[in-house]
Amino acid sequence: MADLTVKFAGVTSPNPFWLASGPPTNTGGQVMRAFEAGWGGAVWKTIGEPIVNTSSRYGAIDLNGVKMMGLNNIELISDRSPDINFREIYEVKKKYPKNLVIASLMVESKRESWHAMVRRAEDAGSDLLELNFGCPHGMSERGMGAAVGQVPEYTEMITAWVKEVARIPVIVKLTPNVTSVTHIAAAAERGGADAVSLINTINSLMGVDLATFAPRPVVGGKSSHGGYCGPAVKPIALHLLSTVAKNSRIPISGIGGVGYWNDAAEHIALGASTVQVCTAAMHYGFRIVEDMIDGLAQYMDDHGYPTIEDFRGRAVPNVKDWGDLDLNYKVIAQINSQLCIGCQLCYVACEDGAHQCIEPFKDSAKKNAGGFGVHVPRIIEEDCVGCNLCALVCPVENCITMKEVDTGHVPMSWNDRMRQASRSSPPPIPSGD
Amino acid sequence: MPLRETAPKLSPEQYEKNFADISPAMDPRQAAIEASRCLYCFDAPCTIACPTHIDVPAFIKKISTRNLRGSAREILSANILGHSCGRVCPTEALCEGACVMHEKGELPIEIGRLQRYAVDYVLDNKIELFTAGAANGKRVACIGSGPASLACATELAKWGYDVTIFDRNEMPGGLDTYGIAAYKSRAADSIREVGLIRQLGVKFRQKMEVGSQISFADLERQFDAIFLGVGLGETWALDLPGEDLDGVYGAIEFIEKTKIQPFHEVQIGRRVACIGAGNTAIDVVTAARRLGAEIVYLVYRRGEPEMPAFAYEVQLAKHDAVTFLWHTQPIRVEGASGVVTGLTCVRTLPGAPDVKGRRSPVPVPGTEFTLDVDMVVRAVGQKPATDFLKAVPGVEINSNGTIKTNEQHQTGHLKYFAGGDCTNGGKEVVDAVAEGMAAARGLDAWLGSPRAPAR
Repeated sequence: MADLTVKFAGVTSPNPFWLASGPPTNTGGQVMRAFEAGWGGAVWKTIGEPIVNTSSRYGAIDLNGVKMMGLNNIELISDRSPDINFREIYEVKKKYPKNLVIASLMVESKRESWHAMVRRAEDAGSDLLELNFGCPHGMSERGMGAAVGQVPEYTEMITAWVKEVARIPVIVKLTPNVTSVTHIAAAAERGGADAVSLINTINSLMGVDLATFAPRPVVGGKSSHGGYCGPAVKPIALHLLSTVAKNSRIPISGIGGVGYWNDAAEHIALGASTVQVCTAAMHYGFRIVEDMIDGLAQYMDDHGYPTIEDFRGRAVPNVKDWGDLDLNYKVIAQINSQLCIGCQLCYVACEDGAHQCIEPFKDSAKKNAGGFGVHVPRIIEEDCVGCNLCALVCPVENCITMKEVDTGHVPMSWNDRMRQASRSSPPPIPSGD
Repeated sequence: MPLRETAPKLSPEQYEKNFADISPAMDPRQAAIEASRCLYCFDAPCTIACPTHIDVPAFIKKISTRNLRGSAREILSANILGHSCGRVCPTEALCEGACVMHEKGELPIEIGRLQRYAVDYVLDNKIELFTAGAANGKRVACIGSGPASLACATELAKWGYDVTIFDRNEMPGGLDTYGIAAYKSRAADSIREVGLIRQLGVKFRQKMEVGSQISFADLERQFDAIFLGVGLGETWALDLPGEDLDGVYGAIEFIEKTKIQPFHEVQIGRRVACIGAGNTAIDVVTAARRLGAEIVYLVYRRGEPEMPAFAYEVQLAKHDAVTFLWHTQPIRVEGASGVVTGLTCVRTLPGAPDVKGRRSPVPVPGTEFTLDVDMVVRAVGQKPATDFLKAVPGVEINSNGTIKTNEQHQTGHLKYFAGGDCTNGGKEVVDAVAEGMAAARGLDAWLGSPRAPAR
C-alpha cells in the first residue's frame, strides 16, 4: 500500500490533503471533524483583527445542471477574535497532534503587529504559518491580502519580518491576480519563505440579475468583485503552479480546483507536495477526503509509486515553451463507427468551429434498435490537422481517438527551425512563463 | 341502449385516477434537467423522424435557456398541433425512437413531454405567437376540423387567406377532440389548442354538414379553393350474426362517449370483448378497464407478433390486466332479448401467405367457444367516408376509398385539395398535420401565392 505521508518544509503531514483556509476551517469544531474524516492538515481560516461580513457572500455558476462549476466569495477573514481562534488551535492540536494545523495570518503591514501575531500563533501550537498575501477582495482595500501579494517588494519585506521571529516553517500564499506569479514567488523566497502555496482566488464577478441589474452575490442590490475558485479554476492553477515549480527551490502547496484524487495527483505531478481543498468540501462536506486518499493510494499502487515523492514533479519538465514543441508530431482523428451514436456534433464542430475535415454521414448503413439510421460521419484523414476538437465534443467515451501518424520527418520545433534558418538572425526572445 | 349487465359504478375520484394523464406535465426543474440531457445533435435524427420536422434540438435548447416562448414558436411554426402531438404522438416510433441516446445506452430524451411543456407555457399564459397575414383577398373553405384542416387553415391564415372551417360536429378538433384515449388527452385540451388557430382569425362553422346544409356548388362559388380534411367514416362492420344486437359498438363511437360524457355516464359492460388489435383496439380495452369493466378480452385472429398496435400500447393494455386472446376469430355475437350475452369464437392457425406476405388465419374446426360478455366492440379500422366523397364533384377516389391527389395534394377537381386520413387511409395526428400543411402549400401555389402588398 502506498505511503501517503509527506514531508513539507520540515514537518510531516499524514497525507497531502489539507483543507485550504476558508469557511470549512473557521472553527475548532469543524477542523476536528475534518481530521476525524481523514484530512491531513487544515489551514485555519485567516486570523487577524476580526472583521464584519456582508450578507450574502457566495455566488456560483452552474453548467448544464452541474452545480457550482465555479464559486466565488466576498467573505473576509475570520470574524472571530485571535484569542478564540488561537485557543481553539491549541485544543485541536492537543487532541490531534499528528495532523497539521497551519495558521493563516493577515495583519496590518506593521513589523511589530506581524511579530506579535506570529508569536501568538506559535504559542497556540500551530505547525506552520501561512501568510495570506492573496485575498483579492475587501482586505486588499485596507492594504492587506492581495495589496501585499501583488507587489514583490512588500511580499519580500513582510515575509522577512515574519521570518525574524518565526520558529516554525512559513508558507507564503500567492495571488494569481498578477502579471507573473513567478516574480512574487521569487520575492517570497528572497524574504526567507520556507514554502509557497498557490493559487489564491481569482478576481471575479459572478453575473448580473437581469431583472434588477444587481451583480452577484447580491448585497442590497449591489455587489463587489470576489474570489473565484472551484473546478473551473483548475487549469489556471495548474499553469501557475507549473511556472513556480520550474523556477522555485522551496516546497509548494497546490491550490485550485481540487475536487477529487485525480486533481490532486495532477497538482503533485506539476510539483506540489501537498494540495489544499476548499470548494469541494464546501459543496459536499469533509467526507470527500476518504476517496481522495483511497483513490490516490490506488493510483500510486497501480503505477508503482511507493511515496508521493516518487511521482511528484514528473510532469514539470514536460511543460515547455511553445517554440520547443515538435512541429513534426502529428495525430489524426479516428471515429469508431461501432461506438458512434450519430449525433454529428463532431461534424458541425469541425465544419463551423475548426478546420473542415469531417464529412457528414452519407448513408445510414448502421441502424439503431428501432431501425432508425445512425448518422456516422467520416474523418477526411488527409485534411485532418489533429486539433482534438472532434474528440473533445464527442459525447461517447473513446469513440473518437487521436491516432499518432508517422510523418517521416525528424522532430523539429519552431526554435530548431529558427536556429537552422539563419545563424545570423538574432536569438529567440527569452522565454517567460 | 341497454346492456345485460353493466359494470359497477366507480367513485368520481377513482374515475379521475383511472383516466389521469399517463404522461403528466413536467415541472420546470424536470424540464430543465431533461432538456440539459439533449446533445443538440446536428441534422438531428429526431427532426428527420418527425413527419412535421419540428427542429427538436432547437426547441429543447430554448427550454434549457429558459426561452420558452421561443421554444413554443419553434414547435408551433412547424406543427400548430404541437401540444396534441406532444401528448399523443407515438414518439417511441418517431422522434424518441430515433434519439441517439439509444445508441449511447441511455434513455431517449423525453421529447414529447418537453414539447408539451413548452407549448403549455404559451397556452397557460395566453401568449399569441402568430398573427394572421394581411388579407390577400382569397377565401378558402376547409371541410372537417380535424388536425389536417387545422394545420392547413393555420398556414393559409398566416399568408393572408380568409379561411372558414365547416364541421359537422358540435366541437372542433375532429379525432383530436373525439378520438384520443382520455388518459392521453381530454376534449378540453384539444379545444384549448384550437384556440391557437382561432387566434389567426380562422372562422369555425360547427354543426354544419357540407352537402346537406350547404351545397358543394355554394362552397365552390363562395371560395377560391376548398380543402377536404374529412377523415374517415364509421368503424367497419364484421358481418357477424348478431352484430345488430344492443351492446355491439364501433370503437370510434365508444371512444367518443368517453370524451364527451362524464365517465360515470358512459355505459360499460361488466364483461367486454374487443375485436381487433390496432392502437384503437388498445384505446378501447384500456378505456373499458378504466371505466370499471371487470373482464376485458382483446380478440385477434393472428398472434402477438402480427399485432398492428405499437408494442408500448400493448404493454399499456397488459398493465391494465386485459386478457389477450390470440389466434381467435369471432364468428357470432350471442344475444338474448335483443342484447349481447356472449361472443362465440373459433381458434385459428396461420395459413397460406396473403398478397402482403402475411399468413392468413385459418379457423380450426371444432375449437369453437363462447366468451360470456355483455358488450362487444369492433375495433377493425374505419371505413372511408365514401358516400360523402362520392358527392364531391370531380374528386377521384382510389380503390381503397382514399382520395386521389397529386404531389401538391390537389384532387381530380382542381379547386379541391385534400389531406389527412381521407388521403392516407388513417395515420397519426402528426401525419395529418404534415399533409394539411403540404396541401396548404400546394393550394397556395395553385392560386399563385397571392400576398397583400407590403405597406
